[in-house]
Amino acid sequence: MSRPSSMRTPLGRVRYLGSSHSGTTDFWRQRLTAVAMTVLIVPVIVIVLMLIGRNQAGAAQILGSLPIAIILVLFIIASVWHMKIGMQIIIEDYVHNETLKLASVMANNFFCIAVALASIYAIVKLSSGV
Amino acid sequence: MAEFTLPKNSKITGGKAWPKPAGATETREFRVYRWNPDDGKNPSVDTYHVDINDCGPMVLDGLIWIKNNIDPTLTFRRSCREGVCGSCAMNIDGQNTLACTKSMHDVAAGGAVKVNPLPHQPVVKDLVPDLTNFYAQYASIEPWLQTTTPTPQKEWKQSHEDREKLDGLYECILCACCSTSCPSYWWNSERFLGPAALLQATRWVNDSRDEATGERLDNLEDPFRLYRCHTIMNCAKACPKGLNPSEAIAELKLKMVERQI
Repeated sequence: MSRPSSMRTPLGRVRYLGSSHSGTTDFWRQRLTAVAMTVLIVPVIVIVLMLIGRNQAGAAQILGSLPIAIILVLFIIASVWHMKIGMQIIIEDYVHNETLKLASVMANNFFCIAVALASIYAIVKLSSGV
Repeated sequence: MAEFTLPKNSKITGGKAWPKPAGATETREFRVYRWNPDDGKNPSVDTYHVDINDCGPMVLDGLIWIKNNIDPTLTFRRSCREGVCGSCAMNIDGQNTLACTKSMHDVAAGGAVKVNPLPHQPVVKDLVPDLTNFYAQYASIEPWLQTTTPTPQKEWKQSHEDREKLDGLYECILCACCSTSCPSYWWNSERFLGPAALLQATRWVNDSRDEATGERLDNLEDPFRLYRCHTIMNCAKACPKGLNPSEAIAELKLKMVERQI
């Protein structure tokens, strides 16, 4: 938000465009994904340990198990969503130039969607043995 | 970007070292931030020596002693000298607090008592910050009882349990120690209401006699006004009244979730 004109009253500057009536959804989702990750991190670590030292065929064999594939996909959704919200908060904290902020938030969204899709695609491909 | 360094004209340069008072047997060194809007110079830190046998124990006593005995141009706010009015809030030894309730003997022995204005606010002169934005933010949360029901003949009734929900909130004296210690407030003081205004907002949201709770929450529900609080808790550490604005803000966030889920 560009700084309102200095001729405005102090209260006018504080009220300015008013409340956006939003923010709670992101706040709630950030907690939701945090709890999901604390639950999922243990099986994810076990799966990663199981994958160490195996070749692609071995990895495909482990990921061929539906519960394992689901756990990994859920972990990716939770962690990428959490990452997206966290990065947006950092951008909003420190980037004050409106154009740069919009571009950064947009890039953050694109990056997170790309990371999530690529990861999920990889898991699905390995687990379906294609 | 957020500014992480001081602007060129705010950088501290030099400072005057005043001589020790003649005849004093025990003195305490004070290093005090000085800036005069009229002389066009950068801020400086002046060094004073306070005769502690001729002076009260608090940092405010030391500042008043300096003003009376060494340098009458030293400018600071003070009024009640007992932690009730919040006027003498300043940064002492790296911590925002009230000069009237902070003993100069609590500052590490041998070291100088370093006194600066509240951080990240425009300075009017020396230790006096410009709190216009801070007060406007307080006004924006509309800190008065709002009702639609006609005013009762005698009084608005409140149970003991409901009255207890205001404890830890009503004691705030609006000294601004908390808000000016909050990094989130430093970076976004134009949009984030800050711990003091949000603690006061919780005081009115929690008041069982108030009939505008929903409107109050509507006014706060914003990624910047409320959700810039990242529970850093500098506010709770700084509060000279021992309050916990961080907890009050968490209460607001919980209420936001409660009315949505």
